[in-house]
Amino acid sequence: MAEQRRAVALISGGLDSMLAARVVLDQGIHVEGVNFFTGFCVEGHTHAIREPRGTRPKRNNALWVAEQLGIKLHIIDVIEEYKDVLLNPRHGYGANLNPCLDCKIFMVRKARELFIESSFMSDHGFDFIVTGEVVGQRPMSQRKQTMPMIARDSGATDRLLRPLSARNLPETMPEREGWVNRGHLFGFSGRDRKPQIALARKLGFDDWAQPAGGCCFLTDQNYSKKLVDLWLARGERSYELDDIMLLKVGRHLRPAPHYKLIIGREEGENEYLRGYQYCMTSIEPISHMGPMCLIDGKPTPADLAVAARVVARYSQGRTDELVRLEVRRPDGSGEVVTAVPLPVEDLPSDWHV
Amino acid sequence: MKSPDGDQAIQHMLDVKGLLCPLPVIRTQDRIRTLQTGDLLLVLATDPGTMHDIPSWCRIHGHDLVASVRDGRLCSFTIRVQKTAIAPK
Repeated sequence: MAEQRRAVALISGGLDSMLAARVVLDQGIHVEGVNFFTGFCVEGHTHAIREPRGTRPKRNNALWVAEQLGIKLHIIDVIEEYKDVLLNPRHGYGANLNPCLDCKIFMVRKARELFIESSFMSDHGFDFIVTGEVVGQRPMSQRKQTMPMIARDSGATDRLLRPLSARNLPETMPEREGWVNRGHLFGFSGRDRKPQIALARKLGFDDWAQPAGGCCFLTDQNYSKKLVDLWLARGERSYELDDIMLLKVGRHLRPAPHYKLIIGREEGENEYLRGYQYCMTSIEPISHMGPMCLIDGKPTPADLAVAARVVARYSQGRTDELVRLEVRRPDGSGEVVTAVPLPVEDLPSDWHV
Repeated sequence: MKSPDGDQAIQHMLDVKGLLCPLPVIRTQDRIRTLQTGDLLLVLATDPGTMHDIPSWCRIHGHDLVASVRDGRLCSFTIRVQKTAIAPK
């Protein structure tokens, strides 16, 4: 009896990677999933911070996909290593700060290092890597010209199989060696999602997460602007996990280059921001319901007075004459201040990051 | 130390309070990699998403989730490690 071959599939939680893994599973391959956590994933964190809305479950879609497929999923923290991908992308950025091509090369390379070249993540090594890439689906990372670069620059070479687009691409080792039947793979191309949705229906799936994409904050224009603002204010392109988490939360207003206000938009965000009071000065209304505000930077007393007026403007006392607020410093000291809510017309639009 | 349901003698504890998903799952996964079959691990978390994600992760990896309890903001999970045999190549 032929030995069962083993594949590691990059699982984003979206439809394409779910289908790609399933197509390979159906050919009798042992498949396990891997999901890389860069810190910029839309998954998880934001669902946890914001107050629940509607009926959308607070699920991690990559875990959910793994359960649907009946495969193991390894979630890998690559926050530190990913900094070099974002800060120094060899192939540049997409429309925003998304280094999609470098990102894909990085993830395939990590999968090769962890699963093909070592048995660190499992008792046994793996034979090849599976991704849900489709030729022509993405303007940067999923083009006919760039897909061979991913295989080459990641070092995966012909051990990288894209089951959904395999018939548009040169034969890979799993096909050549007969581990998988190329005739049962697909030749999808372009941005049209109908073939994937039809395949999903045919395979019995009636639920899946967002169509591919929308899973990384770096593709978001507003998020990218906030990240650039952070770098400009600090005078260097660097970040820690807390920095990039806070960019996902609240309204960001920068009244002056040396300080920024992060103002919660609802109670889930307020609660999350309170977790940073040990390291940042904060302001919160006490005479009215209102938002928690963190101050990032080194505010002067005059800056704090401005900040108090802005926070008062976002409180339920915005139409009252005065709002009382508590200013709290990281060392626990603080004071109660009174502020006149800043009229909305006096809030300069260019303060909004 | 006893598990939150009072029935199990906890051998290992992992505190991931304050971390947001998927980090609690990643830390649980990394800790379990160092443990042996039969070991009992207590995980303490505050992200409500863990109430879904940690049981899900245990199911797909074959670990026994002995108990999962939410008490206010605190989510606690008692996991008995099961290292399933993988067919050798």
